[in-house]
Amino acid sequence: MNKSRREFIKLSAIGAGGLVLANPLLNAMIGQVNAAEPMDASKIKRFPTYCEVCFWKCAGWVYTDEKGEIWKIEGNEDDPHSNGRFCPRGTGGIGMYNDPDRLKTPLMRVEENGKQTFKEVSWDKAFRFIAEKMNKIKEESGPESLALFKHGSGGAHFGKLFKAFGSKNITAPSYAQCRGPREVGFNTTFGSNINSPEPVDLENTKCLVLIGNHIGENMHNSHVQEMSKAIDRGATIITVDPRLSTAASKSKYWLPIKPATDIALLLAWMNVIVSEELYDKNYIGQYAYGLEDLQAHVADKTPEWAEKITTISADVIRQTAREMAFHAPATLIHPGRHVTWYGDDTQRLRAMAMLNALLGSWGRKGGFYFPEKAKVPTYPHPGYPPVNWTWKDHLDGTYALADSSIANVFVDMSHPENESDYKIKGWFVVGTNLISTIPNTQRTLEAIQNLDLLVVVDTMPMEITGYADIILPECTYLERYDDMRVSPNRFPNVAVRVPAVKPKYLSKPSDWIVRKLAKKLKLSKHFNYESYSEVIDWQLKQMGSSLAEMKEKGVLKMERKTPMFIEEGDYHEFGTSTGMIELYSLDLEMEGFDPIPNYTPHPEPPQGFYRLNYGRAPMHTFGRTANNPNLNELMSENCLWVNPFVAADNNLENGQEVWLKNQDGVVSDFPIKVRITERIGKDNVYMVHGFGRANKKLKRSFGRGISDTQLVTNVMVDPIMGGTGMRGNFVSFVTDKPESEVIS
Amino acid sequence: MRYAMVIDTKKCVGCSDCVVACQNENRVPIGYCRDWVIENAKGTFPNVSIELRSERCNHCENSPCVRCCPTGASHYEEGGVVKVTRHECIGCGACVQSCPYDARYSHPDGFVDKCTFCHHRLQEGKLPSCVSVCPTECMYFGDLDDKESKVYQLLQNRDWKVLAPEVGTKPHVYYLI
Repeated sequence: MNKSRREFIKLSAIGAGGLVLANPLLNAMIGQVNAAEPMDASKIKRFPTYCEVCFWKCAGWVYTDEKGEIWKIEGNEDDPHSNGRFCPRGTGGIGMYNDPDRLKTPLMRVEENGKQTFKEVSWDKAFRFIAEKMNKIKEESGPESLALFKHGSGGAHFGKLFKAFGSKNITAPSYAQCRGPREVGFNTTFGSNINSPEPVDLENTKCLVLIGNHIGENMHNSHVQEMSKAIDRGATIITVDPRLSTAASKSKYWLPIKPATDIALLLAWMNVIVSEELYDKNYIGQYAYGLEDLQAHVADKTPEWAEKITTISADVIRQTAREMAFHAPATLIHPGRHVTWYGDDTQRLRAMAMLNALLGSWGRKGGFYFPEKAKVPTYPHPGYPPVNWTWKDHLDGTYALADSSIANVFVDMSHPENESDYKIKGWFVVGTNLISTIPNTQRTLEAIQNLDLLVVVDTMPMEITGYADIILPECTYLERYDDMRVSPNRFPNVAVRVPAVKPKYLSKPSDWIVRKLAKKLKLSKHFNYESYSEVIDWQLKQMGSSLAEMKEKGVLKMERKTPMFIEEGDYHEFGTSTGMIELYSLDLEMEGFDPIPNYTPHPEPPQGFYRLNYGRAPMHTFGRTANNPNLNELMSENCLWVNPFVAADNNLENGQEVWLKNQDGVVSDFPIKVRITERIGKDNVYMVHGFGRANKKLKRSFGRGISDTQLVTNVMVDPIMGGTGMRGNFVSFVTDKPESEVIS
Repeated sequence: MRYAMVIDTKKCVGCSDCVVACQNENRVPIGYCRDWVIENAKGTFPNVSIELRSERCNHCENSPCVRCCPTGASHYEEGGVVKVTRHECIGCGACVQSCPYDARYSHPDGFVDKCTFCHHRLQEGKLPSCVSVCPTECMYFGDLDDKESKVYQLLQNRDWKVLAPEVGTKPHVYYLI
């Protein structure tokens, strides 16, 4: 061993010998007790929670020490999301609580000496200001002109406030900027949505197919756990990715596909399975509609045809298709999660759904299971007032197959260019940093300038908070009650969240914020409780449990009532128009779209440009953890993956800082360090999403790395459901510091 | 009894959960760590492979750190766990220099600190926190003298390596490859 761990770091953490992923740099000590001697075990307490660092919502236990401070967070062994093991973000969730950069008081935008600034205000003043503005918008344009953008548990409380106020214009970027196309792609095929967590039977799969889905880098906890067990069992993993992702490195087959050609590969796979009659004949015969149409459609989509498009050899296409068929129906083409790539995403996800159908894996062991969800009674409240219009009226039939609201359409409705009768005048943004989530930032900013009110609720200062009229500091999940976690799973279950500590600073739980604001709006009748614990306790008692019991258990598991899988030959009705699995989609045909997916070529990077790809790192969630002291330490900035040939062509060195310029001339605010690696091909570059934070109040993460969203100005909208395809942007390297660096 | 940790590089995804769990469990100050994760890539695109592995003190049978400690603060516990008795440590740093794995650091409170295999947890019958948190369950812990133990079995049935075998420290952290 001739290199020490610290020497690796001197090589900018991207040395030739190895890359230190967990970075033990000597940062400042933050909110951490000293190591001292062992704790007095009798003083240790534990409180049940479910994690809010990402959307997987793993249930666990928060431990407090002799001083009542949070010591550690661990998984709950009865929880199907975590199985007793939290991921690094959940384990590091403590950093959300300890982060000294947290929002501490309500802040109001004021003008002082001709300059706009934020001033600390009392909660009461904040509520009076907001209520007055809301009422004014209601008088002038109706309550529907207020829109809510939300993500996470806090948003649910605000959803109730909006409905009570008279607006159903509620949206979340997690649909049209993320998983929307797969919901529509699978729904048009099987008549069922995927939802979260994805009902994939990874536990029993014999062949796992990942298409751009980098499990292990996306730390979807139970799926990472189950993939690891699949590796132990010797299951075949087939990964399609232009980059050697972690999952690709664990795969029997890695198909380093040319980006944007996945549909061609999927059609060729179906060609092999259909022409060699490898599909599940009984299953397709009994449950599927449109096999003959599909046969005709894919007849000329041969592996040789696809090889020319995808660069994957025809032999490998045949071999992998046969291997999938060999393990069927325990072959799983995983639907993935962030799938808004090229604008034809619904069709790509439909092709994936159809491939699953041919293999007979929907509703089958080792494929997809039918999830069940606990029924939790609604806490009694008066009915909500009727609304005069919603976002659907604005769309007037466009994106009719979208089964959820489309966040970018809300931006359109708020934009000065909106000529429809349906105009949005005010936004509440709760727990989502729209500047990083919705592409085409310029357009979002133009919409924001056009608003009469922008309220931002978050735990941390983000880019979006910088544009707020008023900022409300929400306390973290470790300091509050929330609705129970009720998610579809193999077994119905609920998990509770109980505060382990009191809210720090002047921060408050969303349910408190909503109740106090409702009072100012004279809507208190909808929120007739003093603490959210009353709501949860009432619900649990209806279900035969209680909050007291759940404080000891954390998770309540229930019996299933329906079968988890289709038994061979059983009658089964699917939720499609025909009641069958639609290989030929009547809904798509009716809406004027291809009933069977087609491959259409996408633009390629011009000379000197490279396709910008982005993804996840296991220790971070979007941009929300970049400043978390525990997680920032593991990865404090993103780097740019560059193939050695590309580096040589552009005279780039490992660790060198470059700025990126996209096809529309947009230059990144900040530089990014080059990581020269053989793990990526020559036609694209890659970075982890969520860095390049531009709010100076984020002391640890400000200006570290690049925000990929800033460079996504070419947005390819999915004509079927309105999703924003973001992977058609091309970048070139700028090696000298650009003259005008825009930093807000 | 000979404690050993066996880490399956075929399953590790490099998430670094082991690092965070250890920091919390052992109250390691932010900015320091007792374990860390390494990625090594080999080959050229598209014939590339990577190895991911979580590293820490190897609890060597032949520990240079124990040998060089002037006060005896660095010592062996039952099962071969190498530990530092904090109140006996004068913070001279000789052990930090002697460790071929760079597994020790000087704690801001004046003593030298490192992985203890979560000795306090072992005494309660629990696994080290890194092992018990790992989402991929790529880490195993047990007694090499027990032929029924998972660690013994894995080393019998799988290919493995230790780090820097040439320095003769006889490490007790094994990597399945």
